[in-house]
Amino acid sequence: MDAAVQVTDLVKRYPGRPVNAVDGISFTVARGEVFGLLGPNGAGKTTTIGVLTTRVLPTSGTASVAGVDVAADPVTARSRLSVVPQRSNLDRALTARQNLVFHAAYHGVGRAERNRRADALLEQLGLGGRGGDKVDDYSGGMAQRLLIARALMHAPQVVFLDEPSTGLDPQARLFVWDRIRELREGGVTVVLTTHDMDEAAALSDRVGIMDHGRLLALDTPAALTRSLPGSATLDIDVARAAEDTDDAVLAALAPLAERVEQVADGSGLRARLYLSGDAAALVGPVSEALGARHARLTGVRIGEPSLEDVFLSLTGRELR
Amino acid sequence: MSTDTSSGRGAATSTDTAVPGLAAGVGSAAPGRPDVGRAFGALLWRDVFVTGRELVPFLLQVVLQPVFLLFVFGKVLVELGFATSQYSDVLLPGVIALTAFLTALQNTAFPLVIDFSFTKEIEDRLLAPLPTALVAVEKIVFSLLRALVAAAVMFPISWWVLGTLPVQWGDLPLLTAFLVLGSLVGAVMGMTLGTFVKPNRINVVFAVVLTPLLFTGSTQFPWQSLDTLRWFQVVCALNPLTYVSEALRAEMAPDVPHLPLWLCALALAGFLVVFGVTSLVGFRRRALD
Repeated sequence: MDAAVQVTDLVKRYPGRPVNAVDGISFTVARGEVFGLLGPNGAGKTTTIGVLTTRVLPTSGTASVAGVDVAADPVTARSRLSVVPQRSNLDRALTARQNLVFHAAYHGVGRAERNRRADALLEQLGLGGRGGDKVDDYSGGMAQRLLIARALMHAPQVVFLDEPSTGLDPQARLFVWDRIRELREGGVTVVLTTHDMDEAAALSDRVGIMDHGRLLALDTPAALTRSLPGSATLDIDVARAAEDTDDAVLAALAPLAERVEQVADGSGLRARLYLSGDAAALVGPVSEALGARHARLTGVRIGEPSLEDVFLSLTGRELR
Repeated sequence: MSTDTSSGRGAATSTDTAVPGLAAGVGSAAPGRPDVGRAFGALLWRDVFVTGRELVPFLLQVVLQPVFLLFVFGKVLVELGFATSQYSDVLLPGVIALTAFLTALQNTAFPLVIDFSFTKEIEDRLLAPLPTALVAVEKIVFSLLRALVAAAVMFPISWWVLGTLPVQWGDLPLLTAFLVLGSLVGAVMGMTLGTFVKPNRINVVFAVVLTPLLFTGSTQFPWQSLDTLRWFQVVCALNPLTYVSEALRAEMAPDVPHLPLWLCALALAGFLVVFGVTSLVGFRRRALD
């Protein structure tokens, strides 16, 4: 695999703290991948990203970004990565466009090229015509888009986004999501941290779930939800044969699912089957089993588990 | 391309031939070592650019206090007969030293506290392709530049307020050398304060530090004449500003008793090394976890 980010046995312990903030994690992000790092507050996400973006020194283990060891050569690493922070850290003494141009100048982009890129990116992020404004006059959504534009000014290979759509209205959120997808299409690797499970599921090729400094799960959102035992559900309405009983029907269905329970007893029998894996694939076998008892399947509803179910099952429900 | 959600924005990326997609130039980035010197120059240029636009507010900020000091103590008191005209010879070099030293000190201390603790504006610099220590050095160099401008402006103002300016062209090299040295010491002291003091304590600390610095720096009196006030003389000897004032006095008012230049240079170099190290340690502590 062509690795854009490689983390091996990474440990970070802050001085005077009894436990490791990051406790021996390893993962790889492929080039051009969107990788979501999820976890409750204090799980170690921010520290992990801090190490990768050269702002936190690792205690042990190695981390590299775009083929550069971030601890051994932070200067080169910084030229190949960029960061979109959760809170605006734009230069308030400068206009929006100057923020972009000076950032590129820090990174050694030539004058003509940085002016061209600034205009193009302002345009692409819907800020054309607002480049001359002071950033103090920008709304939260505009500032977020400007932060993304700034991050792209030096053509980084890996972009780190921290909670990219927190506090944005739905329009701005969708706009930012689309830009992130565009980045992936352009071959840029994106690592994002988020609490928003919909965001993670919508954007990420793969998701890592962290807690207590450890990586608890790492896979595609679909595989993670599939792997969650008993979280997919199949609700069925059944018209059973007159001589049959509800309990007997449920007992007949029991071998097909991990658990079967009767939901409500209205006009007919309604049951919920809990299972792992694909609920839709179970409709056929259920129908057959019912047919064998001269019962009819009159309604079906599939409940897919969400990434949030996976997250909660891994990290628990207590408040942090 | 995915659907553009903001109205009328869909065409922007497809019609722009200069940059085909959002990921402009990705992969084409020359993988080599970045140009550290160029990054340093760009950081410095940003600071100079911003100051250049706010030159008048900047000058008012740094020059007003020394001008009033000079006017009241060097002019008004002399006119009223409470001080002799010789006193303005003592005062002028001290006030110029004070201007450079405090401008440099305040320029590294306050902005760093605000940058690190509140606006986080410094983060974009810390992610620029140069060693973290050089981001600190850039701040020190920039403070030095501001301090030198402030000190330079004091000369014509002094001439205007006092009517005379006891400086020859031949004094300039040594004056400049000591102003540079003094401003550097001020800048690294400011950075040490700005990075070690807790942000919520900064107001108290500045009040507690600045006022004593202002009055124990031998700006208003020659240090050697403090013989009769021994304890105060010792306190003043611990203030780096004393050595800047004394060195400038040696050049501008050689008849007033003053410390030898070599001693001033040695003391300032010592302070520069000590506070240079603490400032870089403090900066690194705030910049990296």
